Parts: sequence; structure tokens; C-alpha cells
Amino acid sequence: MIQKLGKWVDDRLPVSHFWNAHLAKYYVPKNFNFWYYFGSILLAVFAIQIVTGIWLAMNYKPSAAEAFNSVEYIMRDVNWGWLIRYMHSTGASFFFIAVYLHMFRALMYGSYKKPRELIWIFGVLILVALMAEAFMGYLLPWGQMSFWGAQVIISLFGSIPFIGPDLALWIRGDYVVSDVTLNRFFALHVIALPLVLLFLIGGHIMALHEVGSNNPDGVEIKKNKDEHGKPLDGIPFHPYYTVKDLFGLGVFLFLFATVIFYWPDGGGKFLEAPNFIPADPLKTPEHIAPVWYFAPHYAILRAIPDKFLGVMAMGSAIMILFFLPWIDRSPTKSIRYRSLAFKIILFAFVTAFIGLGYLGTQPVTYWTTLFSQIFAFIYFGFFVALFLVSRFEHAKPVPERLT
Amino acid sequence: MAEVPVNTARRRFLTGSAVAVGAVGAGFATVPFLSSFEPSARAEAAGAPVDVAVGKLAAGQMVTVAWRGQPIYVVHRTPKMIETLPSLDQQLADPNSKVASQQPKFADNFYRARKQEFLVLIGVCTHLGCAPTYRPEVAPKDLGPEWMGGFFCPCHGSKFDLAGRVYKGVPAPTNLYVPEYIFASDDLIRIGVAEKQA
Repeated sequence: MIQKLGKWVDDRLPVSHFWNAHLAKYYVPKNFNFWYYFGSILLAVFAIQIVTGIWLAMNYKPSAAEAFNSVEYIMRDVNWGWLIRYMHSTGASFFFIAVYLHMFRALMYGSYKKPRELIWIFGVLILVALMAEAFMGYLLPWGQMSFWGAQVIISLFGSIPFIGPDLALWIRGDYVVSDVTLNRFFALHVIALPLVLLFLIGGHIMALHEVGSNNPDGVEIKKNKDEHGKPLDGIPFHPYYTVKDLFGLGVFLFLFATVIFYWPDGGGKFLEAPNFIPADPLKTPEHIAPVWYFAPHYAILRAIPDKFLGVMAMGSAIMILFFLPWIDRSPTKSIRYRSLAFKIILFAFVTAFIGLGYLGTQPVTYWTTLFSQIFAFIYFGFFVALFLVSRFEHAKPVPERLT
Repeated sequence: MAEVPVNTARRRFLTGSAVAVGAVGAGFATVPFLSSFEPSARAEAAGAPVDVAVGKLAAGQMVTVAWRGQPIYVVHRTPKMIETLPSLDQQLADPNSKVASQQPKFADNFYRARKQEFLVLIGVCTHLGCAPTYRPEVAPKDLGPEWMGGFFCPCHGSKFDLAGRVYKGVPAPTNLYVPEYIFASDDLIRIGVAEKQA
């Protein structure tokens, strides 16, 4: 009976085709390591953000007069509201933790290289959309940091020559960040950007499943197939990697729950202290800092003592990622077989990124400015160095099969 | 039906022109959606003038009021503060207020005000829109011995003097805005009104 029903549906909707194409008969390299957990973890975090977000929207009021109090209402009076809210706010930070690790994996193993350039470009687009989503979400609690963070970021657009001031006005819909801005950010945060993200994630995965996953050896498993046309070094995603990814997800959720229950503000990094004070348009907090995941870009902005150039540098820090597949000219994918020079510049890049992330949260002094400038130089220097190193490097021979 | 030879050129022309006209229509259809992001009539109407009574504002003190949702700083400058203003020319980016967009015509001078003792500014940093803090003290520890009093932006470290003039080498590109205002009476400043109504 059930089987009959299944067949009835399958004749009308390609359920089993989808199941086979993407899971049961989708072949994946057999040597995935720790770094390959984050893709499926990101899907899970996206789902958590959607579900908790829907529940929050049931009690949140997107108006300047009521927003702050409605968040406190969720925290104090709504049944389990505190948990759902902390899941959502912690989820935002964990989203970025997983995204940055996921991207680092791609850097290490050359996952952005031919034929996976489009997967990488979709990925950078997801990063940009996610940043917009997080930025707009951070305005919603209408605390001091929400307000002044939005004021600063929208002013960034105002620095673009000629159209800037009108563009900033257009984004705000008012002469200052106001009720109008809050209301439209709410609409964009709960409807527009989640839809954009959903489409981009769809594109990312479709492009991935078209060419197949890279792996820590950077060897194309589709080059060596058996007589049935199945990759010799591949195994079906289901059940092998579904089970493995579930295990990874379990560990991830353990850490996630630990933060939610014991450390929900992340020591002021996930939820900043001034954001527990209602927004005051007349008074900037003594020290305003972005949330940690924007801090590296913010440090680059502050490193340059010119308004427009600073904004340009910050923008290019992200835009340059789009060109990575063509900046890196080495045919060798994996760090396992690449030169010492590559390892050194990648290490310097990661150090600079983390250093900028720390400096971006600190007050401006002579030293933070100087080190931000040095790290920003290394950040951009990485791409220049990679362009040269990848042309001349002597990579070790890459094996024919997975090791 | 009789066989009629297909006129591919005509087909391509018709398809192309239909697409072009459709694209123009779709373009026009985006106008309401984009234009809907502009400030509404209500937001535009909210800029009513604000009165500040400065009779009781002690010399050296600042008061902040809201106009169009923005902080407006009104400072009662002491004679000593005014004396320091001309001495800073070398350190400032625009000491004589040459950038016309930053003040009404009447404030196009080194003290940037209608009356020397009362400074009126929009308290929005011209860098990225934070509200600079009022730091009237001379040479405090964190701002260095050169500091003659002024405004310091905590967000990105921009510095302005006691006339809202920007220092060189800081992220803010221009002087702080001076809004339109008038003296409704000797000790009443009306912010947001351009010229004295006769």
C-alpha cells in the first residue's frame, strides 16, 4: 500500500531521482576530514535561524517605540522566549564561525579552482548576503549599538562620490536612522534576504553537485572510474557522509548549546553590552565596536585616514575574493602538495585576518591604527603574493589516486 | 493552410521589439518600488524648527537638542575659547570654512556662527555619522598636549575644534555642519529657520 503510494507520487514528482542524484548515488571522495563538516553544519544553522526567526517575529514589534521593549518581553515573559532569542543571536555568530572555517577550508585545499569557480562565486555572494542579513538583524533590538552601528554603516554608502548622500537617504528613508529604517530593515531581514540566501545556497549546492566535491588531496575522483562508471575513490554520500555529518553536527550543537545556556552574550562579543541600553539618537556610546564577525573589515576601514578610500578598501577586501580563482594560477589544488611559500603567505593571511578582527573591536589608539595598517597590508598583500607565488612555485607531484 | 515561407528576419524583429518594449515597461514598473524607499511625506514634514533658550547656558557649557532627529549642539563659548580659534589655522583642513556645503553663508568665517559666543552645530560626525563628544578641556591626557578643546569622535578618532572645524589627518573630510538658525530674541535660538522673518 505504502509502496504503491510511493510509486504513485514518484510517477508524478521526481522524488527518487532527487534522492539518488544528490544522496544515495551521489559519489563523494572517501577521504573527507574535519574541515568538510562545515557545509552541512551551515545548512543546519540556516535552518535554525529560519525557525527561531519565525518564532521571534511572532512577538517582536518592528517600531522604534516598541522594538526594544518587545525584545525584553520576549526575553522575560514569552514562554521559552529567552531560549529562542539566544538561539537566534548565538546562531548568527556561529553562522559566521562556520562560514569563515568553511572558506578557510576552500583556501587550504584549492576548492575554488577550476572547475569549481562558480561554486566559490556563489559562496562569496552568500557571504555578502549573509553580512547584509546579519547587519539588518542587528538593528532590530533597537539598542545603542544597533542604532549607532547602523548609523555608521549606512554613512559608509554616503561617502560614494556624487550619489552617496542621496543613496544613504534612500537606504534610511529618513534623514536619520529612524522608525522608518527599522521597519524596512525588518522586512528585508525576515523576507527579502532569507529568500536571496535560499536561492544562492541552492545555486551553490547545484553547482557543487554538478562538478563534485574537491578533497584534501585535491585529486579529481572522476578521473578514475570503474567499469560501471563509478569513481574508484568515491563513496555514496548516503549513508556514509550523512552519518558522518550527523556526528559532526552533534558535536557542533553541543558547543552551540553550551554557549546558549552558559555564555549567551559570548562575553560581549556575540551581544554587546551597549545593546542592552535603548537606542539614543543624541548620544553615541563611548566606544562603539562592530560585532566580531565584521571587525576585520571594520579594522581595514579605520586603518585608512581618508573617508572614501577607507570605504573603498573595506569594500575591496570582500570584492577581491570573487577573483581568487583567477588570482591563484597554480594548477595544484591542495596545500599538501604546494610550496612552502604558499604555506607561509596563507599563514600570514590568516594571522592578519584574526589580528584585524581583534583590532576592529578595540578603541582607536596610535598602536591599533599602526597594526591595523600593517595587517591590512598583509591582507591585500596575500592576493598579490599569491598571484606571483602561484605562477612560479614548485609544487610536489600530486598522486593519481587519493592517499 | 498553404505553406508560407517563414520570414525569420520579421520574426526576429517582432520578438526583439516586443522584448524591448516589455523591458521598458518592466523598468518603469520598478520606479514605484525604488521610489517607495525615499523619505515619506511624513518624514519630510517632521523638520519643524526647534527653539533653544540660551540665557541660562553658562559660559563653557554645551546643551544638546534634537532637530529632525539629529543631535544639535549649542555651545556658549568663553572669550578664552574664541581667542584660541585663529591660532589653529595650520592644524586645520578648512580653517576659513571654504567648503560651502557645510554651513549657511552667515557662518562662512573662522568662528562659524552668527554671534561669536554661541556655536550651533549638527552633532553628526562628517565621517560616518557618530555624535562627537564635547571635550572643552585643554590638553587632557588621552587627546595630547596640543588639544585646545573641541569635539572628539569616539568612533574613529576624528577631531574638531571649538568652531566645529576639522583637524588635518583625521578620517572626517569636512567641518561639522552648521544648521540654519536665527536669534528669535537675544537669548533664544531658533534652529531650522533660514532668515529672520520681518
